Amino acid sequence: MRGAIRIDENRCKGCELCAVVCPKQVIEIADYFTARGYRPALYNDPQQRCTGCLLCATICPDAAITVYREARAERAVSV
Amino acid sequence: MLTDSMRTVYERPLTLTPALTHYCPGCTHGVIHRLVAEVLDELNVREQTIGVASVGCSVFAYNYFDCDFCEAAHGRAPAMATGVKRVHPDKIVFTYQGDGDLASIGAAEIIHAATRGENITVIFVNNGVYGMTGGQMAPTTLPGMKTTSSQGGRDVETMGYPIRMSELLATLDGASYIVRRSAHDPGHINQTKKAIKTAFQTQQRQMGFALVEILSSCPVNWNMTPVDALCHIKEKMIPYFPLGDFKVAESVKLLKG
Repeated sequence: MRGAIRIDENRCKGCELCAVVCPKQVIEIADYFTARGYRPALYNDPQQRCTGCLLCATICPDAAITVYREARAERAVSV
Repeated sequence: MLTDSMRTVYERPLTLTPALTHYCPGCTHGVIHRLVAEVLDELNVREQTIGVASVGCSVFAYNYFDCDFCEAAHGRAPAMATGVKRVHPDKIVFTYQGDGDLASIGAAEIIHAATRGENITVIFVNNGVYGMTGGQMAPTTLPGMKTTSSQGGRDVETMGYPIRMSELLATLDGASYIVRRSAHDPGHINQTKKAIKTAFQTQQRQMGFALVEILSSCPVNWNMTPVDALCHIKEKMIPYFPLGDFKVAESVKLLKG
């Protein structure tokens, strides 16, 4: 199943917990600082490995992560 | 990558205000705030909820929860919640307290609120130090743990032993639901959320006093990175403060089933 996340950079405090729990390792820490002085987590997933498993959003202390998942295809109904 | 065919499966709960929190990076207070907010959303009781904030790092909780809130004197949140609940028995009343607040200066209030079986919900965040004032030793500081007021490590000969609040409160007949959970990994965070939900449902069905103790991290005052702090909970705190259900009244057991 394919998924994606969006990280609210302004909320992120760069604690790295999401990057540690991500099983697909698609979250990295930026090399720049936000206006609040933190290095935010960045979602970098060129190979579309994110499954929308929710682990990052579950552990994020700042509720900065929104998770999306591919809608399931309609199941064919036998006639 | 986000595409048009994707739908949102998780977003920030409505009960959290847009305010940016003052918590340090990696502090699990934020996680526990979010869990309480998600539960209030799921039970659809935001408009009927009155929270009571304590003194400690969670002193500004009223800025972060989008429900009615009041602020109690240090340790007196259960006493204030008792009053609020008795005047407004149709409202959902919860306190959000840290260990310095609940287990130290507020020990009398929490014990008597529990023994009276007040129909309130208590969220007890246990991180083993006084976070707001700079990391002094709390009643729940582990033996041997270094803090700013026990610089050689907590010496149990002179400073006594940590209090296990959940076990203590579970001996009281008035309490209905007393459990300890942890916020150190996503699996335990999900279990914590279930316990918080049960604690609020206990109050909704007027089944009496419910308390959820949550082991939390304090990376700054423990002098650790956020990731190491979560490992510290798992390796050092949980052996001393075992997770589990210490008291679940028969009526509350039916809730779960």
